[in-house]
Amino acid sequence: MKQCLIVDDSRVVRRVASRIVEDLGFAAEEVADGAKALEISRSRLPDVVLLDWEMPGLSGIEYVKELRQLPGGEGIKVIFCATENDVEHIQQALNAGADEYIMKPFDGDIVRAKFHIVGVID
Amino acid sequence: MTPEDFQYISDLLRERSGLVLTRDKSYLIENKLMPVIRRRRFQGLQDVFDGIRRGDPPLMHEVVEAMMTLDTSFFRDWKPFEHFRQVTLPNTIEARQSKKSFRILSCGTSTGQEAYSIALTLKEMGDDLAAWDHSIVAIDLVDAALSRAQRGIYSQFEVQSGLPIRMLLGNFQQVGDTQWKINDSLRAGMEFKRWNLIEDLYALGAFDIIFCRYVIRLFDKPTQKRVLGNIARLLADDGVLYLGVDETAVGVSSAFKPVNTELGLYAVNRPDRPVAKNLALAGAAAGFQSGANALV
Repeated sequence: MKQCLIVDDSRVVRRVASRIVEDLGFAAEEVADGAKALEISRSRLPDVVLLDWEMPGLSGIEYVKELRQLPGGEGIKVIFCATENDVEHIQQALNAGADEYIMKPFDGDIVRAKFHIVGVID
Repeated sequence: MTPEDFQYISDLLRERSGLVLTRDKSYLIENKLMPVIRRRRFQGLQDVFDGIRRGDPPLMHEVVEAMMTLDTSFFRDWKPFEHFRQVTLPNTIEARQSKKSFRILSCGTSTGQEAYSIALTLKEMGDDLAAWDHSIVAIDLVDAALSRAQRGIYSQFEVQSGLPIRMLLGNFQQVGDTQWKINDSLRAGMEFKRWNLIEDLYALGAFDIIFCRYVIRLFDKPTQKRVLGNIARLLADDGVLYLGVDETAVGVSSAFKPVNTELGLYAVNRPDRPVAKNLALAGAAAGFQSGANALV
């Protein structure tokens, strides 16, 4: 089963996102900050990451930059999922190495579309 | 809703738009008419029925529009648009090399996402279409939907339910915090027209590719046959038609033959004028790949 790492400091968002990705056939793993996400990624790389921007400790931007340096980390699909919804922030995330971007709020249709776009589902 | 109310509204819709409402879809009436109820500050559905029975033409128009506003999204179902990009467009370019022009029709375009998905795909062809004259005609019966399509402004939810983020940034301007407006440059060569599919389409002119997705399922079989016949008369002999992936022309109309039913892809069937190749299969690009799976 494909793995989706959900990185968000909001427990509610993590729960909603988990339910959505599980419906898409993914095993969801939830973490509340970028540092913990990086620690997990160092031991086992997920197939796709849903990533918040602002988090205590390591931010989403810092996490994706670190992830891309890990062996095999360059191929992991990273989808930002953030309240920062202006062009400048989106561009910054893409420049840092994100594959896609979801502007919160989101629903199952949006996550499904983005998973298709990055190629983790048909 | 009494059986008489249902019959009355069902007859109105069939007569004005061809829409066939069966009893099992009666829940749609309340869902679709809720905006009308709110707009007119009605107490409920009964006020709508009372109004149309009294013969209130603006209300009848609003009811037909509300019922005929189709759900749509950018690049709906993905695979037909991937096929369009990977197979139909390259084959069209090859087949129309001498005249360097082609026309595409989007039927039941609703709020325009299908037509803009086509335009975005054409734009992605870049230099391959640089010297070409191509146009997109998008038709729908519903004035309000067409107005939205012409404005080209979509909510954050709408753009995210289909558009890759780089395509969004490259082709839309953010309007306020949560809306996105399609760039005027992309709208060049696009026309939006009010047209009823059950009427004669001939004045729209000839087309090389037609999208008519998730429209014919609204009609009964005789109306489907009539609409498909109307569409076939507009389509080039080697042209292709995309229906919705759960729609079929098989057993409905002999005007089309299936090319790939999983994609809702059909070619014109003219036994008197056999066509060796159609745009879906011609040339070298016929090996359509979607992910790891060849579909054609």
